[in-house]
Order: sequence, then C-alpha cells, then structure tokens
Amino acid sequence: MSRTTARDYLTQGSLLRLLAVLGLVIAPHLFRFPPWLVAAVILIGLWRAAAAVRLWPLPPQWLKIGLVVVAFLGVNFSYGRLNGQQGGTALLIIMLILKLLEMRSRRDVLVVVALCYFTMMTHFLFSQEIWTVLYLLACAISVTALLIESNHAGGLPPKISMWLGGTLVLQALPLMLALFFLFPRVPGPLWGLPADAGAARSGISDVMSPGDISRLIQSDEVAFRVRFEGEPPPMNLRYWRGPVYWYFDGRVWRAPFRGDDYFSPANRNRLLNAYLPASAELSGTPVRYEITLEPHRQNWLFALDLPSPDALPADSQLTGYYQLVSRELVKEIKRYQVVSYPQFRLEKDMAEQWRRSGTRLPEGRNPRALALAHSWRAEGLDDAQLVNRALRYFREEPFVYTLEPPALGDDMVDDFLFGSRRGFCEHYASSFAVLMRAAGIPTRVIAGYQGGERNDVGDYYVVRQSDAHAWTEVWIAGAGWRRVDPTAAVAPSRIESGLSSAISASELPDYLRRGEGSGLWYWRLRASVAWDYMNVAWDRWVIAFNPESQMELLRNIGLHDWEGMVLTLTLLITVFMTLVGLLVLRQMRTRQPSDPALRVWRRAERRLAAAGHRQRPDEGPRDYVKRVLEQRPGIAPALNALLDAYLAARYLAPAPPASERLALALRALKGVT
Amino acid sequence: MRIWLLLKILLHPLRYAQERIDAWVLARVRRQPGPVPVPRHRVYILPTRFGYAFAVLLLGMLLGSMNYSNNMAFALTFLLGSLWLLAMHHTHGNLVNIEIRPGPVAPVFTGDVAHFEIHVRNPAARARYSVSAGWPRSEPAATTDLPPENFAPLQLPLPAVRRGWLPSSVFAVSTEFPLGMFHAWTWLDLEMACLVYPKPAAPGRLPPAARGSTGGVTGERPGLDEFAGLRNYQRGDTPRAIHWKSFPKLQVPMVKQFQESLDRELWLDWSELPELDAEARLSQLTRWVLDAETAGMSYGIRLPGAQIAPGRGEVHQRACLRALALHE
Repeated sequence: MSRTTARDYLTQGSLLRLLAVLGLVIAPHLFRFPPWLVAAVILIGLWRAAAAVRLWPLPPQWLKIGLVVVAFLGVNFSYGRLNGQQGGTALLIIMLILKLLEMRSRRDVLVVVALCYFTMMTHFLFSQEIWTVLYLLACAISVTALLIESNHAGGLPPKISMWLGGTLVLQALPLMLALFFLFPRVPGPLWGLPADAGAARSGISDVMSPGDISRLIQSDEVAFRVRFEGEPPPMNLRYWRGPVYWYFDGRVWRAPFRGDDYFSPANRNRLLNAYLPASAELSGTPVRYEITLEPHRQNWLFALDLPSPDALPADSQLTGYYQLVSRELVKEIKRYQVVSYPQFRLEKDMAEQWRRSGTRLPEGRNPRALALAHSWRAEGLDDAQLVNRALRYFREEPFVYTLEPPALGDDMVDDFLFGSRRGFCEHYASSFAVLMRAAGIPTRVIAGYQGGERNDVGDYYVVRQSDAHAWTEVWIAGAGWRRVDPTAAVAPSRIESGLSSAISASELPDYLRRGEGSGLWYWRLRASVAWDYMNVAWDRWVIAFNPESQMELLRNIGLHDWEGMVLTLTLLITVFMTLVGLLVLRQMRTRQPSDPALRVWRRAERRLAAAGHRQRPDEGPRDYVKRVLEQRPGIAPALNALLDAYLAARYLAPAPPASERLALALRALKGVT
Repeated sequence: MRIWLLLKILLHPLRYAQERIDAWVLARVRRQPGPVPVPRHRVYILPTRFGYAFAVLLLGMLLGSMNYSNNMAFALTFLLGSLWLLAMHHTHGNLVNIEIRPGPVAPVFTGDVAHFEIHVRNPAARARYSVSAGWPRSEPAATTDLPPENFAPLQLPLPAVRRGWLPSSVFAVSTEFPLGMFHAWTWLDLEMACLVYPKPAAPGRLPPAARGSTGGVTGERPGLDEFAGLRNYQRGDTPRAIHWKSFPKLQVPMVKQFQESLDRELWLDWSELPELDAEARLSQLTRWVLDAETAGMSYGIRLPGAQIAPGRGEVHQRACLRALALHE
C-alpha cells in the first residue's frame, strides 16, 4: 500500500498520456506552421513516444543544444523574427517539444503542464470562434488531469484523474463566468501589439485593381452585421460606404491616404487643412443602426450612405471624402452605432484645385475612352446629361456582368470598353470614372458593400464579403457629389435583389449556388441562419465584450461604478467558495452507517468516548461494554440494556420493536452519563 | 549571528515567518495516545512553490489578455485562476477528517532505522489520494492512497542511535493532491516509542564456557538434542516434526519432542567481560544472545541487578534483548 520511493519517477504510461495531451494542445497550431516545423514537431513527439516504449536513451547535451540553435534559426528564417504573434508562438511550441527530450521526472512534467496552459492561450490570438470553447474545456480538463496524475506517486488510473480533472474544471466554470463579466477590465493594449496580431482575414483594401472585388466575392465570410432601429432601408439603397479611391494610375485605384494618417499628429493638420470634411446637407428620415464589424485590420468603418457627422461612434471621424475612419486598426470585433440619411447634398461647392485633382488621369493611357468622352462633350451635353449618356452606353452596348472577366492589357479601360465588355463591378466603376474624368467631371470610386441578407431568427442583416461592391460618385456643380452605380445600368438585379440573381448559376461560388426549392436546401438555409445567430450572440457577449460593454452590463443590473462591481464580484466569489468548501467538507465527512441500529450504537459510543472510553478497533461491543463497566460500574443497568437492545436490533430482529427499544435505551444512557 | 538572522528575514521573509510559526505550533502539539481525529481547524494550508509559480504565470496571462483584449484568453485565465482557488478547498478536503492512530513499532538494533508505523483512517465515503507522512522540515517519508472507509499504514523512519526507548516526535501528515498547488498538513504527536537494542558486537568472540548445574562443559556448537518422546499434534507443528512411523498404528499424528539437556545451559554474564566498558559489554552480550538463539541453545543472562533464567525461543530472546536494551 505505501509507496516510499519513486515519487519522482515518470512511468511510461504517464509519459504517453502526456504526449497525447500535448498533441491535443498544439494540434490547432500545426495548421498555421511552415511544413518543416510541423514535421519537426511530429517527429520529435513520435520519437519521444518510441523512446519511452523501447527504453532508448535520451539524446546527449550537445545534440539538444544543437537542436535549440537550429530551432531558433529556423523560426527566424521562416518568420523573419523571433517575437511577434506568429514567430513567438512557433518558438514556444518548438521549445515545448524540445523540452520532451530532457523530460525524466515529475518536476519536468510540472513545467510542461504550465507551458501547456500557456500554449492554449496563444491559440486564442488566432481564433476565438465558438468551437474554441469546446477546445478550451477539452484541453483544460485533460491538462488538469495530467497535473493531477503527476501529483500522485504513480498508479492513479487515467479514468480517475480525468474524472477529478473534469470535476475541478466544471466547478471552476461558475467562478470563471463571474470573473469574466465582473473583473475590472482595462482598455488594452498595455504595451503595444505585434504588427501581426489578430486573425488573418480577407476584405476590401485601400487599393483596387481589376479582379480584386470578384476575388473577394468568392468568400462567404461575414464582413459585418447590422441591426436597424426601426424600418431598414430597401435593398437598392443599402450602399455601405468604405474606402474612397481618388488616384488612378491607369490600372489601380488608390485611396488618397491611409486612414490612420488622419490620426497621426503630423499628418492630421496637413490633411485637415488641405481638405476639410465637406459640408453636407442631410435630409429625409434618419436611419439608426448598430454595426458589429468583424476585424479586418484596416481602420475604416462602414456606414450607410451618408453618415451624419453629429452622431459618430467614439474614437472615429469623417474624412474629407466622407469616409468613416477609426483611430485604431480594427483588430477585434467592433460594435458601433451610426445615424445615416438616405438623402444628402454633399459638398455643393468645391475648390478649383480639388476639381482639377478629381479629373486627373494618367498621361497617354486609354486614348479611345478619352476620345469617346470628348465626343460626348462635343455634342454639347452638360454634366448631368453626360452622366446619363455614359450610363446609356453601358445599358445599350452588349456589356456582360460576370465573375470571370478575361484578362485585360495595359490600357485596361480601352480593352474593357471596346474589347471584352465582360466585367465585374470594379470594371464598370473604374471605366465609368475614367469616362467621367475625361469629360472633366470630378469623379471618385468607392468600395464597400451593397445589400445584405436578413437573418429572421435574430432580426438583423448579415453583410458578407460576397456583398462587396464598387461604385462611383460624380460631382455636379450645384448638386454636389452624387452616387452613380454603373453596375446598376448593366445588371439592375444585382442592386435590386443580390448577386445570385445577376450572375449565371454556373459562375457562382458554391455557397451561393443554392439548389432552390428542394426541402434539404430549405433546412440547410434555416440551419445556417440559426448558426449565424449563435455566432452573433457569441460575438456580442464574448468576443466584443470590452470595458464599455462591461459598464453597460453593470448599468443594466443596477451597478453604477467599479466599487459596486468589485464588491459584487468579491461577494460572489466568497459565496461560491464557501459553497464549494461546504460541499467538499460534506463529501469528506464520516460516513454514517446505513443500519439505524449501528448509528444509535455509534452515538452511544461517542458519548462514552467523550468520557474517555473509546471503543478500540479490535473490540466487539460486549468486550467494550465489559471494559467500560469495570471503570464505571454505576451505569451498568443503562449500558447493559443498551447493549442487549443493540445486539437484538442488529443481529436478531431488525423489526420496529427492537429499534424502538434501542432508542429508549440510548435515552436512558444519556440520562446517566 | 544577528546579521545572518536579519539577512534571512530580508531574503526569505515568508520562509522565516513560516519557520517561526511552525516552531510555535510544534511546541504546542499535544502528545496523545491516539487515535487522533483531524478536524477542520487542525489542518494548515499554504501554497507550494509550484502554486506560487502558477500564480505568477496567471498574472502574466492576465496582462497578456489585457494587452490583446482577447476575451477567450481572459476566459482561460479566469478558469485557471478559479482552478487555483478551488485546488485549495480540494487539497484541504483531502486531509480533513482523517483519523490517525499508532501502529505497531518493531524493535531495532542501535544503528538501524526505526520505523514508526501509523494507521491513517479515511472514514468518508470518498477515496483520498496521496496522503503522506513525514518529519518536520523534511520531505514526506511515505505516501499512500486511502480507499473509502478504510485505512492504510504509513511508516516514519527514524535512525536509532542509542539503545533504550526511542520516543517518536512530532510529525506531519500532509497532502498536495490534487493539483500540487497547495500543501495541507497537520501536526501530530502520538505516544509511540521504539525499543532499541544494543548494537550487536562483531561476531567472533566465543561465549565463556557455560557452566551448567551438572558441571558439564560445552563450548563448541552443540549436536542434536536428545529425543524426549512423542506428544499430540498441535496446529502449527511442521510436517517434518511429525512422527510418521507411528501414524498408521495410532491414526492420529504424533509429534517428536526434543529436550534440552541441562548441561547445554549457557549463562551469559556481565561480570565475565571485565576488560570492556559498559556499552561494549552490552554489545557483546547482545551478540551472544543472538548467536545462542540461532544455535538453538538454552541461555540466560546475568546483569548487575537483573537476571533472566535460561530458556530459548523468540519470547525469551526478546526478554533478554529488552533487559540489555534497558540496562541502566
């Protein structure tokens, strides 16, 4: 029974279990690593397992040092550095694996267990989706079971350590929830994030070249979700304004600045002086809504045309291009409220220098397009008529709206307008803008999203990358900037009812090609709607939970300051810990025998033990009573009666009369002792 | 001296405080016969080194979570923090409400290691794991699991350096199960003592010529004892001792009985070793007692103020050794 040795010895079984748990903990990371690292991790793990089974010796010191050096060099070579989110994680994992090569004792296991807990955390820097909760629980239970096993001198069956680990983790969950919602949150970051922090995502960028948007369409990732207060605007008015492109080099459209320039002190004054946020006359019914933006690692925010400058989200601002930008790059889910007006007159007057800048085109490129625009101008049309003329051109010539446009040459706009005539929204927006600028009308291209799909489970709209769109704004003297969407001229159904109705089914990405009408399709649609709703709830309550939402939550439950919150948290922890303490004490209390007669006997024994007569483990009731009576003959009648009643109740007749007699005898004994 | 004490207080304030508290508590542990129950207020608990390290790790993870504003990382950190807190209750619970009673303590010779056996009883319906016992300020000497409503023995080794009674001292029953983040312990002092016999002298010196009452002389190893007759079989007799020849005739097994002849009686006498000091004499007598018992001789001892008549067998040997151990 007693094990006096081998406290530090690591058995083969626990080593193999440790390897399995380690595999579980680092598995999600393996998909992010370069192949050499994956191979090294798997090989070293397998080698260590084989060494445990075959009793191979562990490698010598020089080889371990060599491997560490190689690991450092390899990580530095693959990631270009040793810190940062990606490189740092890779280095952590490879060091954890190399630790296996010198693992012999319980102490090493403790180090590995602590590192396992830490490694779980690095995983969340890359992904915080719903399933990571299951990952968190599974890993927490198995790592804790490992820790329990390493705190046992050996021979604890894995079933028991898993059971104990599971119990501990489950008991910890309520406390975790209380801490999660009530622990005072400090707005991060504390010391700055590495440049590669956060999960990698696709999205609209600050440059647009042909093919960018049609590539983005292939992804069904959610860009953002919107909850409208009141009636949502119709589909054909849901233009979600993103980056505004001003400069064109013949092929690529560029935003005039990176959004964060606006917030750097040096650039801020220059940009604000150069181009102040334009004056806008907003009219019509305001649309109020809340956007939950997925992290896109850019700093612009999306808003319906046209956001009101009086109700901007915190830490954000409107640029001169009426683009909403945030102070920080959006690296986490961001929730913000905006008020937009569907009718607007933007920048009725514009300075001459900006009008010139807004009609600039690269020298000597796209001559035929320029000639076409000049010919329209020569017909004597004014600006508004010219816009309509160009739209009519798109409508009347045989243009095709397609996701698979052919490649275009250097004079991209010429090739498109007079050659292929097959293109996606960025082709139409780009060519239209070139025609307008050639005719002397200031024009800019705007990228963003158009439309959005309603989720009726949660009563909100989902805007996906597949809703990405590009359109233009032209400046008409006296009227200001007006939105013109040339795609609407070519494929009106794209704007009215979405992409899948505007494109032939064979071209559509799989997720958009829905076998409409079949029952299975219906249920899959319902399931995906419900799943999206769950994700929204998850994002809202878990991922986007931040100091502001914490304060909001506190106000909702009637707490108004941090003091109240900390007090509540302390109270909850105290109450919960007391409850667990009582539970543990209850589990560990002396078990009462199931036989009522024995229970009565134990009570009598306790009473006599208090007077110094304890029943010895080798003593039966008769011997015990005899020994007690030698010292205290005075209680003989009561004690003998109790003994007889007990023996009768326990060994002769477990019927009620006997037990009643026993109870009476106990009362009599109490009277005399 | 003062400077060292000051340095210790400054460098290891916690350790110093714990040593002082331990010393204070140890001086107040009541020595009792047992069984000793371990109620809630007798269980002390402190974080282990790993427990402190884990807390530091948690702090780092909390700062990391804040820096990245990563809510799943917050969730993990809070989960582990809760585990840390809960481990305290579970480690405490693993020890609370056990009952400890003294077990048998076998006598040893001086120079050997005495093993004080204690019996740890788990009266609860739940198993307890990794409960250890050990002396203060040293690693636990023995560890065991305690099944529900069952007990397990634990042995506390203590070197026996002097003959006579070796009393046990204060010891700790402790546990770090399940997570090793906390060390829970209780101090106990059970009335246990180990009888330490004198260290047997090196073999070689022969006992003095034994003078029996008949004046016979034996010095060498005695031959076979004389056959003394048959007696009825009793449980425990070896098959070799059975007189098989008479079995078919009598139908009951009879056992051969041997008897010592009086002239093989050996007196081991304190006064026959005048050239040695008292302890060496006791050592030599111990050696002779062991040898005589192994040889199957009948022997007695004479000490100043004590005498044990010749005899043989384990009980007799123990009585002799006990007299030697406790000789003043």
